[in-house]
Amino acid sequence: MSQQYPALLVIVPLISALVISAAGWINKRLCFPIAVAALGVAAYSSIGLLLRVLDEGAIVYRLGGWDPPMGIAYYVDHLNGLVLAVVSVVAFLNLIASKKSIELELGDKTAPFYALYVLQVTGLLGIVATGDAFNLYVLLEITALSGYAMLAMGKDRAQLSTLNYLYMGTIGACFYLLGVGYLYIVTGSLNMVDIANILPSLYESNAVLGAFIICLVGVWVKMAFFPLHAWLPNAYTHGPSAASSLIAPLVTKVMIYVMIRLILTVFTPEFAFNILAISKPIVWLACIAIFMGAILALAERNLKKMLTYIIVAEVGYMVGGAWLGNRAGMTGAILHIVNDALMTLCAFLVVSNIAYKLKGYAFDDLKGLVRKMPFTMGAFVVAALSIIGVPPTCGFFSKWYLISGAIQAGQYAFMVALLFSSLVNVVLFFRVIEICYYEPFSDGHGHDQHAEPMAEAPLTMLVPLFIVAAGLVLVGIYTGDIVNKIIEFAIPQGIV
Amino acid sequence: MKIIGLIIALVTGVLLIGATGDFPDWADPASPASTHLSPHFIEKTMEETSVPNIVTAVLADYRGYDTMYETAVIFTAGLACFILLRIFVREEPGDRLYRHLLTGVTVRVKEGMELPPSEDFERIDATWTPPDLIIKTVCRFLIPFIQLFALYVIAHGHHSPGGGFQGGVILGASIILLAISQDLRTSVRRLREKLDAVLCAVGVIIYAGTGALCLLLGLNFLDYSALASVLHCDPVTARSHGILIVEIGVGIAVMCTMIWIYNNVSSTGKYDEGL
Amino acid sequence: MGDLIQIVVAKYNYWIYITLMMIGLYAMIVKNNLVKKIVGMNIFQTAIILFYVSTGAKRGATIPILEHGHGDHGAGAHMVHAVDYINPLPHVLMLTAIVVSVATLGVALALAIRVYSRYNTLEEDEILAQIREK
Repeated sequence: MSQQYPALLVIVPLISALVISAAGWINKRLCFPIAVAALGVAAYSSIGLLLRVLDEGAIVYRLGGWDPPMGIAYYVDHLNGLVLAVVSVVAFLNLIASKKSIELELGDKTAPFYALYVLQVTGLLGIVATGDAFNLYVLLEITALSGYAMLAMGKDRAQLSTLNYLYMGTIGACFYLLGVGYLYIVTGSLNMVDIANILPSLYESNAVLGAFIICLVGVWVKMAFFPLHAWLPNAYTHGPSAASSLIAPLVTKVMIYVMIRLILTVFTPEFAFNILAISKPIVWLACIAIFMGAILALAERNLKKMLTYIIVAEVGYMVGGAWLGNRAGMTGAILHIVNDALMTLCAFLVVSNIAYKLKGYAFDDLKGLVRKMPFTMGAFVVAALSIIGVPPTCGFFSKWYLISGAIQAGQYAFMVALLFSSLVNVVLFFRVIEICYYEPFSDGHGHDQHAEPMAEAPLTMLVPLFIVAAGLVLVGIYTGDIVNKIIEFAIPQGIV
Repeated sequence: MKIIGLIIALVTGVLLIGATGDFPDWADPASPASTHLSPHFIEKTMEETSVPNIVTAVLADYRGYDTMYETAVIFTAGLACFILLRIFVREEPGDRLYRHLLTGVTVRVKEGMELPPSEDFERIDATWTPPDLIIKTVCRFLIPFIQLFALYVIAHGHHSPGGGFQGGVILGASIILLAISQDLRTSVRRLREKLDAVLCAVGVIIYAGTGALCLLLGLNFLDYSALASVLHCDPVTARSHGILIVEIGVGIAVMCTMIWIYNNVSSTGKYDEGL
Repeated sequence: MGDLIQIVVAKYNYWIYITLMMIGLYAMIVKNNLVKKIVGMNIFQTAIILFYVSTGAKRGATIPILEHGHGDHGAGAHMVHAVDYINPLPHVLMLTAIVVSVATLGVALALAIRVYSRYNTLEEDEILAQIREK
């Protein structure tokens, strides 16, 4: 059965999503157990697949029994395996933590929401595992459509924000499709490894340059790289808590993975870094992204929206790190995919807990929250330390790699941007922590500070939050193992 | 805003056209796209899958995995329209209007009570308009033939242009024609919402389930030659039959999704009169 | 000059479809009405579909359905020449892309209906004005 892990990884969630959708019409209580079982099997398969890749090297799984490039093949190597494990574990933890929140916010439509949730995870896992460029487009669309439907279930402005997200997302996906079309016209193949074999003789042609730029712009639109980020803050803020805490940690990181895959496997690093001379402008653009993300976050008085601007800055870290062109930068970018997924999940689960118990998450609503929800605020402090980059949490180590990569490449502006962003994060988070810890809890008419009753979120929401917060520290401590055993092999030898 | 849009469109257009400089000419038989993969598809389809329609063979067999996700995409769209628009309205205990079919007399039933379902009365709303007699009758005659043609298109996907998607859309169109020519309540009475939604999922489950069956029989996912042991034939014919089974699944899923999307969008989720 | 005409005649299909794509993209960015943006999106996606399908054409070839029918596999099969049939792969890919564009259109229209039922208008500037008032 372990031979079939790559297929089980995506098929079990897909079939389960369909069964959930059909079962929702018969008995609503069946939906949650089926979803948990499906994501559990996916998490188990992805971890098993990662262990197999560590033993055997890259795995090729031929779907339909046809050899690539005739048929579609899954291509799982160290880079994929790591991201697959992260995506499936994050989705699983989030599902358990969101059960109560889904029941509160979605009323009688919980069954189709679970089906869309599992479909979204299927799409994300498929994007990461596939080795075929057109298959990636189809899975991108499944991810996008289920994401739109989930995010639009929020209140007031959610539908308009999601419609704007739909326009931008469709432009991004269509640009990617166009890029794949250009590649197909000049190479005749759709399989990533096959294209990489045919391309070197064509590096000088305009078509390959055009294909690369169009694919890159398409992926940038979908990952909200500045200046194409305008859809992200509104769409993620107004969605229901469960949808935001699934989509925010994962979708942008999977798009970064797609970009890294394009650089490393399809268009080899020699083309992307040496032949095209666009590394420096892209790193400058990343610096601007980090600055703008930090500054726009400072202007926000709403906790969830502030976190979404931090996501924009984090995307800037990863794009800049990947385009630095050296091993340390690329290691930092890949490590940051893992770390940022966990940090963002922790932060958004905290917001989800707050939204479950209080009426909102503007700063004015958070006064004195530590008395009411001490455990949640404890996890929030851990997430804040990680986003700022304090050892031994994981955020410190990925920033370390990024900064050393920047120094090695001579891109001092990027290093300055990273340090500036850390300082701004300190200001942002300590502002929130000060409001929560030191302001008196406002209940309208209270002047006295007698002990308010603790009204913490239910246990199903707290336990996954603790696991993720502990994970932030553990992943930080084990960074050395992760880098040496997995990420070292994910980056081709040619990059120094 | 207009200037920015114009600049973006022009810059992108110039970039794209500039990149076509190295493209092969139009309809060039020696282009890389026509010489790398497609000769294998064209020349080997008959002996590997025994399906003369090369497009169906590539769609459902060589690249069957993509097609499964395509069916999942259309299912997701139906589910998205449902979750966004559907309002399960609790019936207010107001007056209901019924119309006697033979005489055209409208009966108003006072609050709370309702007529038992019967052949002679149909439920209408205050905004009801009578369907045109010619349209109603002609459509009633045409719909069975449209459905027959749709089944032909699905079944003949192997030999002529056609297949699951095309046939499924025509089947869906036949039920939507019923809804347009009469009204939404009539078509919902014929194909209830719950059955429609469940069939939608069942269609995609047929596709994914066939692939999973191949997995359980020992080969890779969606490798139809594994069905040779179940269907008692040789692997090449098993591929042809496997393609037919998944096309049927696709047809069911597409039909039900089209009807589901139409029902939700045209009545904005309330399932009353419709358009 | 003759060179330029040569290039245009050989590649005009690509140029026409790219122009259509840019018309769709311009409509999506510039128009104020939500439904007009959806129409622009549809034009953009359809132009990409046409672009792909045009790459599968071959001079003098026929549709990719083998002519001698079903009973012929194994010995006695006619020799099939790839030059006689057009490239089937872009058609297959574009079947998928058409379905994806229909699905996106459906979801976009459902969202537009919800926006209309809340704000009572489909013009983006009026909606933003309503939001700012709140």
